[in-house]
Amino acid sequence: MNMELNEFVANFAEQFDDTDPAEIKAETTFRELEEWSSLVGMSVIALAKTTYGKAITGAELKTCQTVEDVFNLISNK
Amino acid sequence: MPERIVTNEELVAEFPEWSVDKVAAKVGVYSRHLSAPDETAGDMAEKAARQLFEEYNVDPKSIDFLMLCTQSPDYFLPSTACILQNRLGISTSAGAFDYNLGCSGCVYGLVVAKGLIESGIAKNVLMLTAETYQKYLHPSDKSNRSIFGDGAAACLISTEGIAEIGNFSLGTDGSGAEHLIVKTGATRCKHSTGNVAEDADGHKRFDDYLYMNGSAIFNFTLDAVPAMMKDILLKNEMERDDVDYFVFHQANKFMLNTIRKVCVIPKDKFYVNLEETGNTVSSTVMIALKDCIDRGTICPGMSVMITGFGVGLSWGGTILKF
Repeated sequence: MNMELNEFVANFAEQFDDTDPAEIKAETTFRELEEWSSLVGMSVIALAKTTYGKAITGAELKTCQTVEDVFNLISNK
Repeated sequence: MPERIVTNEELVAEFPEWSVDKVAAKVGVYSRHLSAPDETAGDMAEKAARQLFEEYNVDPKSIDFLMLCTQSPDYFLPSTACILQNRLGISTSAGAFDYNLGCSGCVYGLVVAKGLIESGIAKNVLMLTAETYQKYLHPSDKSNRSIFGDGAAACLISTEGIAEIGNFSLGTDGSGAEHLIVKTGATRCKHSTGNVAEDADGHKRFDDYLYMNGSAIFNFTLDAVPAMMKDILLKNEMERDDVDYFVFHQANKFMLNTIRKVCVIPKDKFYVNLEETGNTVSSTVMIALKDCIDRGTICPGMSVMITGFGVGLSWGGTILKF
């Protein structure tokens, strides 16, 4: 499970262009990152769909605070 | 295309806090055309038709059916297509109507035109697509103002021509109607409400302007388009490798690239170009096809898959054999 979470965190970090991947951890509150925007949010929705085959909505993503929350959201689908 | 061009530099002057370069790199739009205040979809469709007549030496009198795809008609009634019959000098013995679809509109026009021709009802069908979505956008809606562009296109469908229209895959899901909508102004809600609320993506949802639920449309597309691609191949008895080129509705670069990866289509067979036009709704596929023909990307002998998908929700696709 931890392995999967680490992989997800790495994939999540890849959705950012300028943010140092080292800055993004499971417990990171991603909305506080300077680069976060609705467009990055769209990338995360695409990641869920294309890599994990799960559809998450904008409303569901809004309930997530940390990267791990997003991981759990997708895992529980 | 309308004459007025709005560049990203102009948009950023209105929204200085906006990282326009990043957005442009992602959605793939650097400038778009904007209809003049007194310029309508009917006006743009007329221009597109006249260009088609001139470039391909078409006699308007030879046209016996005229269809206009638009969601921004000149009037509630009559059909803008009826007005265009007169303005274009098309015979009064021709049939004409508007049909209301967005990004799937080009494919549905081909569906109807092929039916009219195969049944012998018409011989030369003029299909026009024209949209002035920019008139539906709230001035503060920078996302949609950057993605959409006004534009029109024209195509003649006849008993013979440069490409044969194959079998279609079509689909509709009205349960997603609210995801891309202009709520007020028609009969369900005739009067402006002035209502505005924030959606889950953090975008403002104005009742009186065009609203797009980006994440919902995105998820819909990623469900519908790969399945549609398989169905088009099945209905045309083809394999993916038999298709020489793919021209999908030019929604935005980010969505197209995601679709391309999900559908496992090679980059060099997949058209992505909306840098100077933006998303022109029902006109993107025809504008793209014309661009490909002019550049020689599409040439005789090639099989080209076209698809449209979006507002409705509605989707459709087919194979064009050049």
